[in-house]
Amino acid sequence: MPGQRGGRGTMSTPTEVATAVKAAAPKAPAAPQDEITLIANKWKNKRGSLIMALHDLQSRVGYVPRESAMKLGHLMDVPLARIYEVVTFYNYFKLEAPGKYVISVCLGTACHIKGSAELLSGMEKELNIKEGQSTPDKEYHLQAVRCLGCCGLAPLVSVNGKVYAKLKTDASHQVIERIQIDKPMAVADADDLAE
Amino acid sequence: MKPEELEVRAAAELAKQQAFDVRLFTCSSRGCQSSDALGVIAGLKAEVKARQLDAKVQVNGSGCMGLCSKGPLVRMCSKTQKDILFSEIKPEMAAAVVEQVVVPVLAGSKIEKPGGDLEQHTLDLNDPFFTMQVFSVLENNGKMDPEKLEDYIARNGYRALRKALGMSAEEICQEVLASGLRGRGGAGFPTGLKWDLTRKVQSEVKYIICNGDEGDPGAFMDGSVLEGDPHAVIEGMLIAARAMHATHGVFYIRAEYPLAVERVEKALRQARAAGLVGKNVLDSGWAFDFEMRLGAGAFVCGEETALIASIEGKRGTPRPRPPFPAVKGLWDQPSCINNVETLANVPLILLRGAKWFASRGTEESKGTKLFALTGKSKNNGLVEVPMGMTLRDVVEKIGGGTDSGLKIKAIQTGGPSGGMIPEHEFDTPVSYENLQQLGSMMGSGGMIVIDENDSVVELAQFYLDFCVDESCGKCAPCRIGGTQMLHLLNKIVGGKGTAEDIKTIRKVAKAMQKASLCALGQTAPNPTLSAIRHFEHEFTERLLPVATTKA
Repeated sequence: MPGQRGGRGTMSTPTEVATAVKAAAPKAPAAPQDEITLIANKWKNKRGSLIMALHDLQSRVGYVPRESAMKLGHLMDVPLARIYEVVTFYNYFKLEAPGKYVISVCLGTACHIKGSAELLSGMEKELNIKEGQSTPDKEYHLQAVRCLGCCGLAPLVSVNGKVYAKLKTDASHQVIERIQIDKPMAVADADDLAE
Repeated sequence: MKPEELEVRAAAELAKQQAFDVRLFTCSSRGCQSSDALGVIAGLKAEVKARQLDAKVQVNGSGCMGLCSKGPLVRMCSKTQKDILFSEIKPEMAAAVVEQVVVPVLAGSKIEKPGGDLEQHTLDLNDPFFTMQVFSVLENNGKMDPEKLEDYIARNGYRALRKALGMSAEEICQEVLASGLRGRGGAGFPTGLKWDLTRKVQSEVKYIICNGDEGDPGAFMDGSVLEGDPHAVIEGMLIAARAMHATHGVFYIRAEYPLAVERVEKALRQARAAGLVGKNVLDSGWAFDFEMRLGAGAFVCGEETALIASIEGKRGTPRPRPPFPAVKGLWDQPSCINNVETLANVPLILLRGAKWFASRGTEESKGTKLFALTGKSKNNGLVEVPMGMTLRDVVEKIGGGTDSGLKIKAIQTGGPSGGMIPEHEFDTPVSYENLQQLGSMMGSGGMIVIDENDSVVELAQFYLDFCVDESCGKCAPCRIGGTQMLHLLNKIVGGKGTAEDIKTIRKVAKAMQKASLCALGQTAPNPTLSAIRHFEHEFTERLLPVATTKA
């Protein structure tokens, strides 16, 4: 498909651009362009702030969309390769849109000792996906994380930041049920972009 | 703010606190928040208001009170009686706490132990879990609201900074050196010496960096200190900056600790507004400020040079040393990196003196140490013990043994860089040297208890898998050695290993220890080696029978 990568000058009309972007990420659209400008303006004059800018971006959209990374790189004068170099190194950054509910199963040592591996495989069966994947309807994303720092409450699962603690290792079904009742929503960082 | 103003503000705050007959502190740290501690605080506030007790009862948040597995914890402090510590309080129980305990106490009754439903929600403060700990870094936790600067000032906050401003850089370094404080992040390098080395390097720009990238899975001490007493860490950094003529401060905190980041940012805003940080620190004419940088989930960033690369916005890979960060660190300028717990100890040393600090601990290891006691321990949570306490006291008395009632097999300290210590070595006093001699290390302070049903082979596999996953890949010994070692360990766990494989593991481990670029690779074999050293039979039991190997 021509211009799929959103390069310069290859796209014919703005409508086509919009359609292509929409098709690429139907559920979680990229950060609004003006927000990326705000992020870039906040950080571009501070040395070594690429990781902080990426944190700002991901906290708003849930991942680092390619289009946003390109725009950010352009505005901050950082080559896209450098952005990807960083994004792919750190576990925290995601390159794909996660589902609506990001289920993080803690695999820290305390949770490991209390059977988190069993909990994770239970989740995989319950959702019929593997760790690191999203359900086809994009409702759930399942990931393993290293220690959320609530080791006294092991084993635990965090969903969009809401923690379900002291779980039984066969509790995956109940956790999914609770998610549908609680509907925890990810909260974007409240820090002031205009600083 | 002028220095004298600290006393004025402290007196005003203390008078305000004195006016309350009862003060309630609910743990508002990460662990308890996940069990709806904020709901409990709101519930208590609503109940106090509904009963028009606002003038008599103060409702506060507080730092971690230790027993995380029993949270949310609520501490009731009253002028007329002993404290009561409630456990596992739910928002809907707030009314009962006020009605059955606070109201009678206000009316003059003395309550030893609440009755009714609250009886089983009351912890015994005479339990060894509380009486055997020695609180100094944690002494403010449960007694002040970490989000209020005035609370910190009322508890002697920023007085150590005031003192430091009247001392020369060399004097501060000497005081900290004399205290015997050693880095709490793992390696245990004398803090005063590290500062003095940085002090002696001539440069117009110098950085003091707080390492809050607690990467050890199973450890949460640093996060808890940042959440529970952020001003203490800020004050420690300001003093460190004075000691080495640092010009800029950087907080590097892992992104997985949003609450810690929020608390530090809030504390910095408060300190700036009060003139404790910024253009004119305590009216001394000295300007100093901080920047915040977030980690992004890379264990290797605990290593100093990798951490510096990460602050510079790059992949967090280490580089060979020398030059050491004290000479060439962040942006090629002299830099000193200290761990959170180390910095939190600094104001106490300046205020109470090196002798006070050195009065606790062993010959080589002074002061107290925080541990995150988890795993199969009956009491799970954050504990502070004097150096020199035996591991047995920590695990069996403070920890209360196992939750399952099974026998303890071992503990793992030092996380993925540490090792396993078998039960028969538990009479060893806690110190940097002792733990190292046992094939483990102090590390940052994770202490995982495993019982007789847990497999040390599988735990070793877990840690090695972690290190292989977290290896940055820059140097071959760590990248290739780790992978090969894990391959052999997987073989043994799967029942296909041979005695030769154990020998090969030892050989590969030696190469990694000697040739890896940074501590991640150098220490990655430790859990496996210590498991083989203390529990070789568990490995040999899993090997292929000899006859099969020959055939």
